[in-house]
Amino acid sequence: MSAIYILWLRQLKRYLRSKPRIIASLGQPLLFLVALGFGFGPIFQRAGQGNYIQFLAPGVIAMTILFTAVFSGIELIWDRQFGFLKETLVAPVPRILVMIGRTLGGATVAMIQGLIVIVICLIAGFRVTNFHALPEAILVMVLVSIMFTALGTAIASVLSDFQGFQLIMNFLVMPIFFLSGALFPLTNLPKVLNIIATIDPLSYGVDGLRSALIGVAHFGLPLDLAVLSIIAAALVGLGSVLFSRIQL
Amino acid sequence: MIRVSNLVKNYGDFQAVRDISFDVDEGEIFAFLGPNGAGKTTTIKILTTLLKPTSGAVELDGLDPSVQHNEARKRFGIVFQDPSLDDELTAYENMDFHGVLYKVPRKIRRERIESLLKLFELWDRRNDPVKQYSGGMKRRLEIARGLLHTPKILFLDEPTLGLDPQTRNQLWTHVKKLNEDERVTVFMTTHYMEEAERVAHRIAIIDHGKIVAQGTAQQLKEQTGGETLEQAFLALTGSTIRDEDASSVDQMRSMARMFRRGRS
Repeated sequence: MSAIYILWLRQLKRYLRSKPRIIASLGQPLLFLVALGFGFGPIFQRAGQGNYIQFLAPGVIAMTILFTAVFSGIELIWDRQFGFLKETLVAPVPRILVMIGRTLGGATVAMIQGLIVIVICLIAGFRVTNFHALPEAILVMVLVSIMFTALGTAIASVLSDFQGFQLIMNFLVMPIFFLSGALFPLTNLPKVLNIIATIDPLSYGVDGLRSALIGVAHFGLPLDLAVLSIIAAALVGLGSVLFSRIQL
Repeated sequence: MIRVSNLVKNYGDFQAVRDISFDVDEGEIFAFLGPNGAGKTTTIKILTTLLKPTSGAVELDGLDPSVQHNEARKRFGIVFQDPSLDDELTAYENMDFHGVLYKVPRKIRRERIESLLKLFELWDRRNDPVKQYSGGMKRRLEIARGLLHTPKILFLDEPTLGLDPQTRNQLWTHVKKLNEDERVTVFMTTHYMEEAERVAHRIAIIDHGKIVAQGTAQQLKEQTGGETLEQAFLALTGSTIRDEDASSVDQMRSMARMFRRGRS
């Protein structure tokens, strides 16, 4: 237990000490809110879909968590490159606990970023309509954080340097975000896009946040929570297996 | 305490370690000498569960490190050849992190961290992030950290690289004391022959992945007719200079340095 705690604490300290990183990582959600939110707002309204900021905010929150979490996981490559990974790998601690500690640390960082972005969204005009479902919203955020930190860790366990990083960003993380329904409603989509959105795990995170915060659902909160839990558990399992196979 | 028999490690076509065998007894200080790229670090990585051998058997205190990872990891401590500190954390936090992972009880942990940081003259800077440290200070911190828990076997992979004579002296005095008082078995590599001669009970010389000679310093000198261990070493390994490929790690570090320079 103490091993998990100290690994979690380390991730958190690293995050809190890099102020430029905190500020930089808030730029992207802000840009999406302003450019898309206010830019597409009038068209969205005219198409009879209501207030776009209301619709977009949960998507932007989910996006922030996705990117922060994947990056936190992928930070493992830095640890490998700068040698610190060796220190944790020779310690008499089962690797699965090392992986869990790291993942919880990364997920906590992603959660904090997500909460900051909620505040930014509120300032931009987003209004929560379902206050009683706030615990569910937090639960969705926790699951999404854990899921994607574990994914990042799993990926970083098989990459030995940053050569493959762009590949992962452009062919995995970006599609997960853009095809998740974070930016557009999932109703009346072309068939292929609909299938992709249905297998994209982030779709359930975005939908879960939307149902909890503003009462608009596509899949429905129970299904969202079930899918997120199963995929998060599967990715933590996969990450643990790959992490414990690391050789230096 | 350590038994290696017919150990082989291949990276693709390259044979890093070719069928080596040796034993290290309990309470012994054993030096592993060899030119760059001879296979010293690869052997240590296999012994410390970081790498799996291609073939051959390895035993640490009766355990197989490639199968019984965790039990084996409880037996040893290691000072790595290359950096393994967290630059963002302070010296104290790096030490504390290590102590928690190795389950050193809190009170003992505090006392030992204090005495080790004082011994290696880092106590005054204990709350500074490691990224502000000079190369020598980082090295001293790595060594202090490696000595925080008292393992049965201590691996020292070129621990004195880049250290000043004062710190080298501190280190070896401390290691000898651990060896004599607590019967810690020490497995070390170094490029400084006089260190090996001063502290090691037995020496093995490895070159191109093969052990070319082993015995006491005296035996090696007699065997080659050299007057010093250095002469014996050169007689056994030749005088050509070996290059190690610049690894991606080195490239990465220089990139990160550029990054940091740009930011500050």
